[in-house]
Amino acid sequence: MAGEDDPADEQWVDDHAGPVVRPYAVTRGRARPVTGSFDLISLVTATRTNAVEEAGLGPEHVAIVALTQRMQSVAEVAARLDLPVGTVRVLLGDLVARDLVRVQEPREPAGANDESIYEAVINGLRAL
Amino acid sequence: MDYGHSERPAGARVLPTALKVLVAGGFGAGKTTLVGAVSESRPLRTEEVLTETGIGVDDLSGVERKNTTTVAMDFGRITISNDLVLYVFGTPGQDRFWFLWDELAVGALGAVVLADTRRLADCFPSIDYFEGRGTPFVVAVNCFEGARRFGLDEVRTALDLDPDVPLLLCDARQRESGRNVLITLLEHAMKTRDSRRRAAGGR
Repeated sequence: MAGEDDPADEQWVDDHAGPVVRPYAVTRGRARPVTGSFDLISLVTATRTNAVEEAGLGPEHVAIVALTQRMQSVAEVAARLDLPVGTVRVLLGDLVARDLVRVQEPREPAGANDESIYEAVINGLRAL
Repeated sequence: MDYGHSERPAGARVLPTALKVLVAGGFGAGKTTLVGAVSESRPLRTEEVLTETGIGVDDLSGVERKNTTTVAMDFGRITISNDLVLYVFGTPGQDRFWFLWDELAVGALGAVVLADTRRLADCFPSIDYFEGRGTPFVVAVNCFEGARRFGLDEVRTALDLDPDVPLLLCDARQRESGRNVLITLLEHAMKTRDSRRRAAGGR
Protein backbone atom coordinates (compact mmCIF):
# COMPACT_ATOMS: atom_id res chain seq x y z
CA MET A 1 0.00 0.00 0.00
CA ALA A 2 1.02 3.61 -0.30
CA GLY A 3 3.33 4.48 2.54
CA GLU A 4 3.62 7.52 4.72
CA ASP A 5 6.48 8.68 2.56
CA ASP A 6 4.14 9.41 -0.30
CA PRO A 7 3.29 13.12 -0.16
CA ALA A 8 0.52 12.73 -2.70
CA ASP A 9 -1.36 10.45 -0.34
CA GLU A 10 -0.89 12.75 2.59
CA GLN A 11 -2.86 15.41 0.76
CA TRP A 12 -5.94 13.31 1.26
CA VAL A 13 -5.99 13.90 4.96
CA ASP A 14 -5.35 17.60 5.20
CA ASP A 15 -8.02 19.99 6.36
CA HIS A 16 -9.45 20.79 2.97
CA ALA A 17 -9.78 17.27 1.74
CA GLY A 18 -12.94 16.45 3.65
CA PRO A 19 -13.83 12.86 4.10
CA VAL A 20 -11.46 10.32 2.68
CA VAL A 21 -13.48 8.58 0.03
CA ARG A 22 -12.28 6.24 -2.66
CA PRO A 23 -12.56 7.90 -6.10
CA TYR A 24 -15.06 5.38 -7.40
CA ALA A 25 -17.31 5.98 -4.41
CA VAL A 26 -17.62 9.61 -5.46
CA THR A 27 -18.77 8.56 -8.92
CA ARG A 28 -20.81 5.63 -7.61
CA GLY A 29 -18.64 3.19 -9.45
CA ARG A 30 -18.74 4.89 -12.81
CA ALA A 31 -15.49 5.16 -14.75
CA ARG A 32 -16.76 7.14 -17.75
CA PRO A 33 -18.74 10.36 -17.99
CA VAL A 34 -22.28 10.19 -19.37
CA THR A 35 -21.36 12.84 -21.89
CA GLY A 36 -18.28 14.70 -23.14
CA SER A 37 -14.59 13.86 -23.27
CA PHE A 38 -13.12 16.68 -21.17
CA ASP A 39 -9.57 17.48 -22.16
CA LEU A 40 -7.33 18.53 -19.26
CA ILE A 41 -7.49 22.11 -20.51
CA SER A 42 -11.17 22.21 -21.42
CA LEU A 43 -12.52 25.28 -19.69
CA VAL A 44 -15.43 24.84 -17.33
CA THR A 45 -17.79 27.63 -16.31
CA ALA A 46 -20.81 27.26 -14.07
CA THR A 47 -24.12 28.35 -15.57
CA ARG A 48 -25.68 29.08 -12.18
CA THR A 49 -24.47 30.81 -9.08
CA ASN A 50 -24.98 27.68 -7.04
CA ALA A 51 -26.32 24.17 -7.15
CA VAL A 52 -28.06 22.38 -4.33
CA GLU A 53 -27.68 18.74 -3.55
CA GLU A 54 -30.52 16.99 -5.22
CA ALA A 55 -31.15 13.48 -6.40
CA GLY A 56 -28.10 12.34 -8.30
CA LEU A 57 -25.91 15.23 -7.21
CA GLY A 58 -23.34 14.83 -4.47
CA PRO A 59 -21.29 17.35 -2.53
CA GLU A 60 -18.54 17.11 -5.14
CA HIS A 61 -20.93 18.21 -7.88
CA VAL A 62 -21.96 21.17 -5.77
CA ALA A 63 -18.31 21.97 -5.08
CA ILE A 64 -17.53 22.03 -8.81
CA VAL A 65 -20.35 24.49 -9.50
CA ALA A 66 -19.05 26.72 -6.71
CA LEU A 67 -15.47 26.47 -7.95
CA THR A 68 -16.28 27.23 -11.58
CA GLN A 69 -17.97 30.53 -10.93
CA ARG A 70 -14.62 31.65 -12.25
CA MET A 71 -13.60 29.77 -15.39
CA GLN A 72 -11.28 26.86 -14.64
CA SER A 73 -9.73 24.07 -16.64
CA VAL A 74 -10.61 20.46 -15.94
CA ALA A 75 -7.09 20.01 -14.54
CA GLU A 76 -7.59 22.92 -12.13
CA VAL A 77 -10.92 21.58 -10.94
CA ALA A 78 -9.31 18.22 -10.21
CA ALA A 79 -6.35 19.79 -8.44
CA ARG A 80 -8.39 22.15 -6.31
CA LEU A 81 -10.89 19.49 -5.27
CA ASP A 82 -8.08 16.99 -4.77
CA LEU A 83 -9.84 14.40 -6.89
CA PRO A 84 -8.36 12.28 -9.68
CA VAL A 85 -8.96 13.67 -13.17
CA GLY A 86 -10.95 10.61 -14.18
CA THR A 87 -13.34 11.16 -11.30
CA VAL A 88 -13.78 14.81 -12.16
CA ARG A 89 -14.58 13.92 -15.77
CA VAL A 90 -17.43 11.71 -14.61
CA LEU A 91 -18.78 14.44 -12.32
CA LEU A 92 -18.53 17.03 -15.10
CA GLY A 93 -20.46 14.75 -17.42
CA ASP A 94 -23.29 14.73 -14.88
CA LEU A 95 -23.19 18.52 -14.61
CA VAL A 96 -23.17 19.05 -18.37
CA ALA A 97 -26.13 16.69 -18.71
CA ARG A 98 -28.01 18.86 -16.21
CA ASP A 99 -26.84 22.05 -17.87
CA LEU A 100 -25.16 23.24 -14.68
CA VAL A 101 -21.80 23.91 -16.31
CA ARG A 102 -20.65 24.90 -19.76
CA VAL A 103 -17.48 23.38 -21.21
CA GLN A 104 -15.30 25.00 -23.82
CA GLU A 105 -13.14 22.39 -25.54
CA PRO A 106 -9.67 23.59 -26.53
CA ARG A 107 -9.12 24.64 -30.07
CA GLU A 108 -6.54 22.72 -32.07
CA PRO A 109 -3.84 25.35 -32.62
CA ALA A 110 -2.32 23.56 -35.60
CA GLY A 111 -5.69 23.45 -37.29
CA ALA A 112 -6.60 27.06 -36.80
CA ASN A 113 -5.15 29.51 -39.22
CA ASP A 114 -4.30 31.73 -36.37
CA GLU A 115 -0.92 33.36 -36.21
CA SER A 116 -2.34 35.87 -33.81
CA ILE A 117 -2.70 33.28 -31.05
CA TYR A 118 1.06 32.71 -30.98
CA GLU A 119 1.72 36.41 -31.09
CA ALA A 120 -0.77 37.07 -28.33
CA VAL A 121 0.89 34.50 -26.10
CA ILE A 122 4.39 35.80 -26.83
CA ASN A 123 3.33 39.38 -26.17
CA GLY A 124 1.47 38.34 -23.07
CA LEU A 125 4.53 36.56 -21.72
CA ARG A 126 6.73 39.56 -22.45
CA ALA A 127 4.32 41.78 -20.57
CA LEU A 128 4.32 39.61 -17.44
CA MET B 1 -9.67 30.96 -44.08
CA ASP B 2 -12.31 31.32 -41.44
CA TYR B 3 -13.09 28.93 -38.68
CA GLY B 4 -15.32 26.28 -40.17
CA HIS B 5 -18.51 26.86 -38.28
CA SER B 6 -18.61 30.36 -36.93
CA GLU B 7 -22.35 30.58 -36.89
CA ARG B 8 -22.50 31.83 -33.38
CA PRO B 9 -25.24 34.26 -32.64
CA ALA B 10 -24.40 37.88 -33.26
CA GLY B 11 -23.14 39.59 -30.16
CA ALA B 12 -21.78 36.41 -28.59
CA ARG B 13 -18.59 37.10 -26.71
CA VAL B 14 -15.26 35.75 -27.87
CA LEU B 15 -14.91 32.18 -26.73
CA PRO B 16 -12.10 31.70 -24.26
CA THR B 17 -9.13 29.75 -25.52
CA ALA B 18 -6.93 27.50 -23.44
CA LEU B 19 -3.51 26.57 -24.72
CA LYS B 20 -0.82 24.39 -23.27
CA VAL B 21 2.87 23.79 -23.38
CA LEU B 22 4.71 20.89 -21.78
CA VAL B 23 7.80 20.75 -19.63
CA ALA B 24 9.66 17.45 -19.88
CA GLY B 25 13.01 16.13 -18.79
CA GLY B 26 14.54 13.56 -16.53
CA PHE B 27 13.73 13.04 -12.89
CA GLY B 28 15.07 15.92 -10.83
CA ALA B 29 15.80 18.12 -13.84
CA GLY B 30 13.65 20.90 -12.37
CA LYS B 31 10.34 20.48 -14.18
CA THR B 32 8.11 21.39 -11.27
CA THR B 33 10.46 24.21 -10.32
CA LEU B 34 10.14 25.70 -13.79
CA VAL B 35 6.37 25.24 -13.82
CA GLY B 36 6.18 27.02 -10.47
CA ALA B 37 8.50 29.83 -11.53
CA VAL B 38 6.42 30.82 -14.54
CA SER B 39 2.90 30.26 -13.24
CA GLU B 40 0.81 32.90 -11.55
CA SER B 41 0.28 30.86 -8.41
CA ARG B 42 1.99 27.88 -6.87
CA PRO B 43 1.92 24.81 -9.09
CA LEU B 44 -1.15 22.63 -8.90
CA ARG B 45 -1.14 18.87 -8.99
CA THR B 46 -3.60 16.61 -10.72
CA GLU B 47 -3.67 12.91 -10.34
CA GLU B 48 -4.75 10.22 -12.70
CA VAL B 49 -5.64 6.92 -11.11
CA LEU B 50 -4.71 4.17 -13.50
CA THR B 51 -5.45 0.52 -13.55
CA GLU B 52 -2.63 -1.83 -14.39
CA THR B 53 -4.07 -2.78 -17.72
CA GLY B 54 -3.44 0.78 -18.83
CA ILE B 55 0.23 0.73 -17.98
CA GLY B 56 3.09 -0.35 -20.19
CA VAL B 57 4.05 -3.90 -19.41
CA ASP B 58 7.79 -3.51 -19.56
CA ASP B 59 8.51 -2.17 -16.11
CA LEU B 60 6.09 -2.55 -13.29
CA SER B 61 8.64 -2.91 -10.55
CA GLY B 62 7.46 -1.09 -7.50
CA VAL B 63 3.77 -1.51 -8.14
CA GLU B 64 3.53 -5.23 -7.48
CA ARG B 65 0.28 -6.35 -5.94
CA LYS B 66 -1.28 -3.02 -6.65
CA ASN B 67 -3.99 -2.95 -9.24
CA THR B 68 -4.16 0.79 -9.46
CA THR B 69 -1.43 3.37 -9.47
CA THR B 70 -1.47 7.12 -9.31
CA VAL B 71 0.39 9.39 -11.69
CA ALA B 72 0.79 12.98 -10.60
CA MET B 73 1.14 15.87 -13.01
CA ASP B 74 2.18 19.31 -11.86
CA PHE B 75 0.95 22.26 -13.83
CA GLY B 76 0.56 25.99 -13.66
CA ARG B 77 -1.57 28.67 -15.22
CA ILE B 78 -0.61 31.91 -16.93
CA THR B 79 -3.58 34.13 -17.70
CA ILE B 80 -2.62 36.03 -20.84
CA SER B 81 -5.91 37.89 -21.15
CA ASN B 82 -9.57 37.47 -20.26
CA ASP B 83 -10.03 34.99 -23.05
CA LEU B 84 -6.59 33.44 -23.36
CA VAL B 85 -5.04 31.12 -20.79
CA LEU B 86 -1.76 29.25 -21.13
CA TYR B 87 -1.28 26.09 -19.08
CA VAL B 88 2.18 24.70 -18.43
CA PHE B 89 2.21 20.98 -17.70
CA GLY B 90 5.10 19.04 -16.27
CA THR B 91 5.10 15.61 -17.88
CA PRO B 92 5.01 12.62 -15.58
CA GLY B 93 8.62 11.61 -15.10
CA GLN B 94 8.15 7.90 -15.41
CA ASP B 95 8.86 6.81 -18.93
CA ARG B 96 6.31 4.02 -18.76
CA PHE B 97 3.46 6.52 -18.82
CA TRP B 98 3.87 7.33 -22.48
CA PHE B 99 0.16 7.11 -23.11
CA LEU B 100 -0.33 9.96 -20.64
CA TRP B 101 2.25 11.92 -22.55
CA ASP B 102 0.19 11.28 -25.66
CA GLU B 103 -2.84 12.78 -23.97
CA LEU B 104 -0.81 15.78 -22.88
CA ALA B 105 0.91 16.27 -26.22
CA VAL B 106 -2.30 16.41 -28.25
CA GLY B 107 -2.90 20.05 -29.04
CA ALA B 108 0.20 21.27 -27.21
CA LEU B 109 1.86 24.28 -28.80
CA GLY B 110 5.24 22.84 -27.95
CA ALA B 111 7.49 21.49 -25.25
CA VAL B 112 10.47 22.48 -23.15
CA VAL B 113 12.95 19.69 -22.51
CA LEU B 114 14.90 20.49 -19.38
CA ALA B 115 18.40 19.09 -19.37
CA ASP B 116 20.68 18.60 -16.40
CA THR B 117 24.29 18.42 -17.58
CA ARG B 118 25.11 16.03 -14.73
CA ARG B 119 22.65 13.52 -16.19
CA LEU B 120 22.34 14.54 -19.77
CA ALA B 121 21.17 11.13 -20.95
CA ASP B 122 18.02 11.48 -18.81
CA CYS B 123 16.48 13.82 -21.35
CA PHE B 124 17.11 11.57 -24.38
CA PRO B 125 13.70 9.86 -24.11
CA SER B 126 11.92 13.24 -24.05
CA ILE B 127 13.82 14.48 -27.08
CA ASP B 128 13.12 11.24 -28.95
CA TYR B 129 9.46 11.49 -28.03
CA PHE B 130 8.93 15.03 -29.28
CA GLU B 131 11.03 14.45 -32.40
CA GLY B 132 8.95 11.38 -33.16
CA ARG B 133 5.67 13.21 -32.67
CA GLY B 134 6.76 16.31 -34.52
CA THR B 135 6.03 18.48 -31.49
CA PRO B 136 8.12 21.68 -31.64
CA PHE B 137 10.50 21.77 -28.68
CA VAL B 138 13.43 23.65 -27.22
CA VAL B 139 16.09 22.29 -24.90
CA ALA B 140 16.80 24.37 -21.80
CA VAL B 141 19.90 23.49 -19.81
CA ASN B 142 19.06 24.08 -16.18
CA CYS B 143 22.10 25.61 -14.52
CA PHE B 144 22.25 23.88 -11.18
CA GLU B 145 24.60 25.33 -8.65
CA GLY B 146 27.72 23.29 -8.45
CA ALA B 147 27.03 21.58 -11.74
CA ARG B 148 29.91 21.62 -14.14
CA ARG B 149 29.16 24.11 -16.89
CA PHE B 150 29.44 22.83 -20.39
CA GLY B 151 29.46 24.92 -23.49
CA LEU B 152 26.18 24.89 -25.38
CA ASP B 153 28.02 23.49 -28.40
CA GLU B 154 29.19 20.54 -26.36
CA VAL B 155 25.65 19.93 -25.10
CA ARG B 156 24.22 20.18 -28.60
CA THR B 157 26.72 17.63 -29.86
CA ALA B 158 26.12 15.32 -26.92
CA LEU B 159 22.36 15.46 -27.48
CA ASP B 160 22.74 15.13 -31.24
CA LEU B 161 20.24 17.94 -31.60
CA ASP B 162 18.90 19.08 -34.90
CA PRO B 163 20.50 22.46 -35.71
CA ASP B 164 17.03 24.06 -35.86
CA VAL B 165 16.19 23.17 -32.28
CA PRO B 166 16.85 26.10 -29.96
CA LEU B 167 19.19 25.31 -27.07
CA LEU B 168 19.52 27.75 -24.21
CA LEU B 169 20.68 28.05 -20.64
CA CYS B 170 18.17 28.73 -17.91
CA ASP B 171 17.70 28.90 -14.19
CA ALA B 172 14.45 27.06 -13.57
CA ARG B 173 13.97 28.88 -10.25
CA GLN B 174 13.88 32.31 -11.84
CA ARG B 175 10.64 33.62 -13.25
CA GLU B 176 12.43 35.83 -15.76
CA SER B 177 14.54 32.96 -17.00
CA GLY B 178 11.59 30.57 -17.23
CA ARG B 179 9.57 33.14 -19.09
CA ASN B 180 12.43 33.59 -21.53
CA VAL B 181 12.42 29.83 -22.17
CA LEU B 182 8.69 29.91 -22.91
CA ILE B 183 9.04 32.86 -25.28
CA THR B 184 11.85 31.05 -27.11
CA LEU B 185 9.60 28.00 -27.37
CA LEU B 186 6.61 29.96 -28.68
CA GLU B 187 8.74 31.73 -31.27
CA HIS B 188 10.21 28.42 -32.37
CA ALA B 189 6.76 26.79 -32.50
CA MET B 190 5.44 29.62 -34.63
CA LYS B 191 8.38 29.38 -37.01
CA THR B 192 8.07 25.59 -37.23
CA ARG B 193 4.42 25.89 -38.04
CA ASP B 194 5.09 28.45 -40.77
CA SER B 195 7.77 26.39 -42.44
CA ARG B 196 5.62 23.26 -42.33
CA ARG B 197 2.84 25.16 -44.04
CA ARG B 198 5.18 26.37 -46.72
CA ALA B 199 6.53 22.85 -47.18
CA ALA B 200 2.96 21.63 -47.54
CA GLY B 201 2.50 23.97 -50.46
CA GLY B 202 1.15 27.04 -48.74
CA ARG B 203 -2.52 27.66 -48.78
